[in-house]
Amino acid sequence: MNLEYYSNLAFVTSVVLYALAMFAHAAEWAAARKVDVATPSPRVSEPALAAAGSVAGRAGSAADRAFESAAAEGMLRTRIEIFGRVGITLTLIGFGLSVSGVALRGLAADRAPWGNMFEFTTTAMVLIVGAYLIMVWRLGLRWLGLPVTLLATIGNGLAVTVFYVAVAPLVPALHSVWFLIHIVAAAIAGAAFNVGGLLAILYLVKKRAEERGTVRGYLAWLPTSRRMDVLSYRFHAFAFPLWTFAVAAGAIWAEYAWGRYWGWDPKETWALVTWVIYACYLHARSTAGWRGTRTAVIAIVGLASFWFNFIGINLLVSGLHSYAGV
Amino acid sequence: MTDTQTRDRQPAAAEAENRPDLPALGPRGAVRFVWTQLTSMRTALLLLFALALAAIPGSLIPQRKVSPIGVSDFLQNHPVLGPIYDKIGMFNVYSSPWFSAIYLLLLLSLVGCIIPRVGVYARALRALPPATPRNLSRLPAYAKADVTEPAGLLEEAAERLRRQRYRVDLREGSVAAERGYLREAGNLLFHLSLVFLLLGVAIGSLFGFRGTSVVVIGQGFANNLTQYDDFSAGASFQDSDLRPFSVTVKDFRVKFETGSVQRGAARLFSATVDVVDRPGATPRSATLEVNKPLRIGGTKVHLIGHGYAPRVTVKDGSGNVAYSGPVVFLPQDGNFTSAGAIKAPDARPERLAFQGFFLPTALLDEQGPRSVFPDALNPALFLNAWYGPPKVETGVPENVYSLDTAGLTQFKDETGDPLRYALQTGDVIELPDGKGSIQLDGWVRWVKLQIGETPGLIITLTALAAAVLGLCLSLFVRPRRVWIKVRAEAAGAIVEVGGLDRADARAGLTGDVAELAAGLSGAGSASNGSAVESKDRGQT
Repeated sequence: MNLEYYSNLAFVTSVVLYALAMFAHAAEWAAARKVDVATPSPRVSEPALAAAGSVAGRAGSAADRAFESAAAEGMLRTRIEIFGRVGITLTLIGFGLSVSGVALRGLAADRAPWGNMFEFTTTAMVLIVGAYLIMVWRLGLRWLGLPVTLLATIGNGLAVTVFYVAVAPLVPALHSVWFLIHIVAAAIAGAAFNVGGLLAILYLVKKRAEERGTVRGYLAWLPTSRRMDVLSYRFHAFAFPLWTFAVAAGAIWAEYAWGRYWGWDPKETWALVTWVIYACYLHARSTAGWRGTRTAVIAIVGLASFWFNFIGINLLVSGLHSYAGV
Repeated sequence: MTDTQTRDRQPAAAEAENRPDLPALGPRGAVRFVWTQLTSMRTALLLLFALALAAIPGSLIPQRKVSPIGVSDFLQNHPVLGPIYDKIGMFNVYSSPWFSAIYLLLLLSLVGCIIPRVGVYARALRALPPATPRNLSRLPAYAKADVTEPAGLLEEAAERLRRQRYRVDLREGSVAAERGYLREAGNLLFHLSLVFLLLGVAIGSLFGFRGTSVVVIGQGFANNLTQYDDFSAGASFQDSDLRPFSVTVKDFRVKFETGSVQRGAARLFSATVDVVDRPGATPRSATLEVNKPLRIGGTKVHLIGHGYAPRVTVKDGSGNVAYSGPVVFLPQDGNFTSAGAIKAPDARPERLAFQGFFLPTALLDEQGPRSVFPDALNPALFLNAWYGPPKVETGVPENVYSLDTAGLTQFKDETGDPLRYALQTGDVIELPDGKGSIQLDGWVRWVKLQIGETPGLIITLTALAAAVLGLCLSLFVRPRRVWIKVRAEAAGAIVEVGGLDRADARAGLTGDVAELAAGLSGAGSASNGSAVESKDRGQT
């Protein structure tokens, strides 16, 4: 049995499924555009329906028309709900395939599957989608569906096309227990930064709409910008100590591997730059005049720096962390 | 900004004098002003941004410390930009004055921010929870419930809060409670750890040293300055700090990927060494691998590179052996195409010298000779040869890896083309006109050892661990204040609970407050299921 073949098959299929899930969520957004009553969640469909009915009744002239429009709205809501559920189902299957892809990759290589960019990206995507699915299940954050599936499609898509390298053992420099600690911490922190960054982007969009008074359609389904800001902060607050730990673990490993804990290698430098930007984020939240929009922008800059460190430094700059193997 | 706007509205008289409408500062005031500015959060924020920005060029422009060759290439390729960069320290970003200025200011700002906060925190630790607000319903979370039997209710409330690890103060008619003191402790710990982290780094760079030495397999390294190929040490390092150990490299095993995926990638480096910890000590055997450095006292020996050394015998025109032994060649690419020079200054009547490439797996095609695999599958030595009159020993150090051809004449064929020799193991080349010969006896590997000591490492590591711990406390501990009041009513009484989360991103405050109210109501009345009214004024 060729484990590597099945692993790749699982990843490629997951890209297709994530893309389909993204279309389903896009359809959900598009359908939501026609619903003009701002209700926080499509799940509370009956009171919402009643509210919609009463609004229509006040606006319309005949009771029939009110009922008709309420019924149409109800159908629309059902359609939105169906699109949303299809999206979640596809994401779930794609997630299952990604998990098995990572597991098979590990079995095929007979080691932890985090040795190069391809493996790191696919693992980080598993973590991001996993975190998202847990939030859907526990907190009902389905409105994150579109951005997360978009990210997962791009992430896994890049992994199987640009970053792909065949299964191979590790170079001796990676033979260390710190390999696991450093990379797992970096992957989890990275996943949380990504979700936090997405929330920061949504926050900016929502906030703008709130200020202009143009909260309609899908935006109406998003929580208030204040709540999104808090959610985004929680992800960053979770990720930041972990990122600190990942950088520290990297430094300890560097002491073992290269005899110095810090050498201003491009990867190390950008890990520090990313760290400092997120430190700015945390400080900005407790500084008057920086809260809100500016803080969200810092979070997005931090995310950009994270991605540059991951992709740009691996592919453009040569250094001790040149593990892409592309 | 606000200052300026206020000033704009000042009476015209002040404007006319064209003087800012501020009291004179005086020297002490000026210092205080600068200090206040420096230790403000806004300044810290700007300094953090500056640090992030300043660190970037060092990752994109070659750095002298990391790649001196990259710097000289850059200078050659950018005749205008290069010297400018050099002048503003772009090739030594992390030791440049402007970079140092940023992190020293940041450190100062940090210390200035932390010290007063330590005092404030110390007072807060001893203080009782703050006074009960008159109107609890104005707090972010509020709940009330009916109770039939108010006696002992406050004691019960205090007990419940104590069990939830609140600091509790039982007062006349109310209970005040606070928890989450560890948040600020974590915050202070984190920032103090950063100071210690930098202290550890400073100690390491002041008293530490690091150097490398190329050791041919079978040979040894004794830890004194003459044996280092390159060496750098902190300002307070003394030569006598070097521990007098020696290491002999007995064996070095290397494996490369031979499969089709990542062909040629390294798979195993393992050196067997004998260590003599101090002169006279019995040698101990040890294994040196990439992630497993040798520890000798506080000194660490790392395996950081390897390469090939062809073993040659050079005979001079008189037939005497002028040089015999391995010559270290430096790898130029991933397949270990290695460049080097063989010098026989003692050859007579004329000295001989060779320069060329050692190829572990040689391939000769239209692209010229090169190596196609890092392991020695088909080793060959490609050389050009020179001869010249004997040179007076001047003692001036010269590069052992390249040949200075001044005063030397290259061996050429009849058409004037330089003679090129290709040798495989065992081959002997006779030089023209009986000037001598060279034989490739074989090859041997060498390893590059890095020997270094970083004092203060334990401070740095402890500070790192403390920083992560402090960070977790400061981000995950949620300080909360709760007040409970019992108010007598016509029929029974009402228990009121108000709560306030002092950290961002509060979670579950409303629920907890409602639960507390319900619980107290249950404890204070015989009838269960009494109505609990709760509200949430926050917009979480």
